[in-house]
Amino acid sequence: MSNLQANKISKIFKDNKAFIAFLTAGDPSLDKTEEFILAIEKAGADLVEIGIPFSDPIAEGPVIQEANERALSVGTTTDKIFMMVRRVRQKTAIPLVFLTYINPIFVYGIDRFFKACQESGINGIIIPDLPFEEKGEVLDVAKTYGVDVITLIAPTSKDRIQTLAKEATGFIYLVSSMGVTGVRSEIKTDLKSMIDDIRQVSDTPVAVGFGISDPDQAKAIAKIANGVIVGSAIVKIIAEYGDNASDSLYNYVKSMKKAIS
Amino acid sequence: MSKGKYGVHGGQYIPETLMNAIIELEAAYEHYKNDKDFQDELTELLNEYAGRPSRLYYAKKMTEDLGGAKIYLKREDLNHTGSHKINNVLGQALLAKKMGKTRLIAETGAGQHGVATATAAALMGFECEIFMGKEDTDRQALNVFRMELLGARVHVVTSGTMTLKDAVNETMREWTKRVEDTHYVLGSVMGPHPFPEMVRDFQSVISKEARQQILEKEGKLPNVVIACVGGGSNAMGAFYNFIPDKEVKLIGCEAAGKGVDTALTAATIAKGSLGIFHGMKSYFCQDEFGQIAPVYSISAGLDYPGIGPEHANLHDTKRAEYVAITDDEAVNAFEYLSKTEGIIPAIESAHAIAYAMVLAPKMKKDEIIIVNVSGRGDKDVAAIARYKGENIYE
Repeated sequence: MSNLQANKISKIFKDNKAFIAFLTAGDPSLDKTEEFILAIEKAGADLVEIGIPFSDPIAEGPVIQEANERALSVGTTTDKIFMMVRRVRQKTAIPLVFLTYINPIFVYGIDRFFKACQESGINGIIIPDLPFEEKGEVLDVAKTYGVDVITLIAPTSKDRIQTLAKEATGFIYLVSSMGVTGVRSEIKTDLKSMIDDIRQVSDTPVAVGFGISDPDQAKAIAKIANGVIVGSAIVKIIAEYGDNASDSLYNYVKSMKKAIS
Repeated sequence: MSKGKYGVHGGQYIPETLMNAIIELEAAYEHYKNDKDFQDELTELLNEYAGRPSRLYYAKKMTEDLGGAKIYLKREDLNHTGSHKINNVLGQALLAKKMGKTRLIAETGAGQHGVATATAAALMGFECEIFMGKEDTDRQALNVFRMELLGARVHVVTSGTMTLKDAVNETMREWTKRVEDTHYVLGSVMGPHPFPEMVRDFQSVISKEARQQILEKEGKLPNVVIACVGGGSNAMGAFYNFIPDKEVKLIGCEAAGKGVDTALTAATIAKGSLGIFHGMKSYFCQDEFGQIAPVYSISAGLDYPGIGPEHANLHDTKRAEYVAITDDEAVNAFEYLSKTEGIIPAIESAHAIAYAMVLAPKMKKDEIIIVNVSGRGDKDVAAIARYKGENIYE
């Protein structure tokens, strides 16, 4: 069976509030990751972020750190993840974006990595420890292979917001809160004014992530942004139900998508 | 534009959340490093509070016993808080004060950097939180209490391998949570720019003094300078002012642990490969997929899977040489210096002493070695006793 042509990232934001789901590849196994991605898609997710586990994920809170450890402990490697993505790509056209740290990419070989992204049908990549100043490390190669390097904008970005937004492609990942990933009861950042700043220089869709877990939060954010990103809440479901998480994931994603629609 | 490069190494590979803090730090450091009042204040602190300049001591008995080169010991162990760490900490704490920060956070391995940071925080009135791997709070329990005594809060890090690398991860995570009022006092010549440059500058007082002291005592430069290397701050400090003196050989001693051919090692130059981690491009112990390897050394301070970017470049350009010293060799040197000179070195520094013991007998009697004794060994006594099979706990 041949790969399906991946849908473009921009398409999911057209007249639609996008729901973006994150999970860690290989947690609890790559076969299950494949199954979960399809369940999440069926529930209405518009894009799936696939985490390539890293030994030292400095931007992650305990929930995703533990998912990284579980995935690595069962022997998950970058090569095996690419094979899993190829299998997924035969079954769905949903945009897929990797999230990983710069070291696994750099050590794999930047050209080899992005070439494999293109071949397996990956649309974009999020690299939390690659700021604007160091983007040159991957940008040209990623472009050559048609992979968007997603721009992250943080509550502390302030005077940098417009510089960052101007060069953004795919979508902008707006970090809702200070600190690491993880569920939060309240988001205090003035996201509206940050999005206004972005809009002065860029039409690139803005999706908000970090700390979002329940439908009410998602609904509020969808009013001002183009999409909502949920990671830790999904990884928590996988941690709780393990191999049998598909139904719970389906129900959760469905309720979140409904809340923002 | 990538900044803070040493050859291909260095850079600023950190989350966007920290970028403005790093830019602010860089601007403040650029300003104050050339500010006479700041430098005078720092020198005053180093001299009156930390007890500088540190002695350059001629180890006569050791020299005679080994029968080769003359051995001088740069006594950073005599500094207040017992190691070279205070040089950097006083510099960074003073800078943080000027920047209006009210809280210091830091990682620590052996506890020496944590103790130094807690000390500076007490002196200058900062709130202070220290992150230390569980593995290390167990082997350096006394230092944990020492930090608490100084008013710091110690967080036991239980993620990953529970050692220095994980303490750095956790301190970085903490910084992204609260960056406005907080300065991260990075303890070594590593991390994102400007840390490798700034920490090296603050530590370079070691070689600035040593160079002058040896010229006064011997009327010539040393043939060799030896220092131990984990992240590499005492070595960078001991090497820096000798780098332009091409005839002076610079040797860094990494921790081989149980041996470089075993998995239980922390010898980054011997075993590592190029990678990007903890904010910098440099050499790291890692696997073929870029997963950082668990490392091991008897010394908590050298138990780190990377090395500062300037060292990586000194290695690439062959200006410095890096050798690996095993636990056994270090413990032997620890006992040797204690018995021969009545100086108990930190187990980290014992790695440098061990190589001097190898090298000195092969050199001529009119040649000179300077060994940087980066810290004192009181903290290691119980652990070394256990290593020797004695059932002693602190």
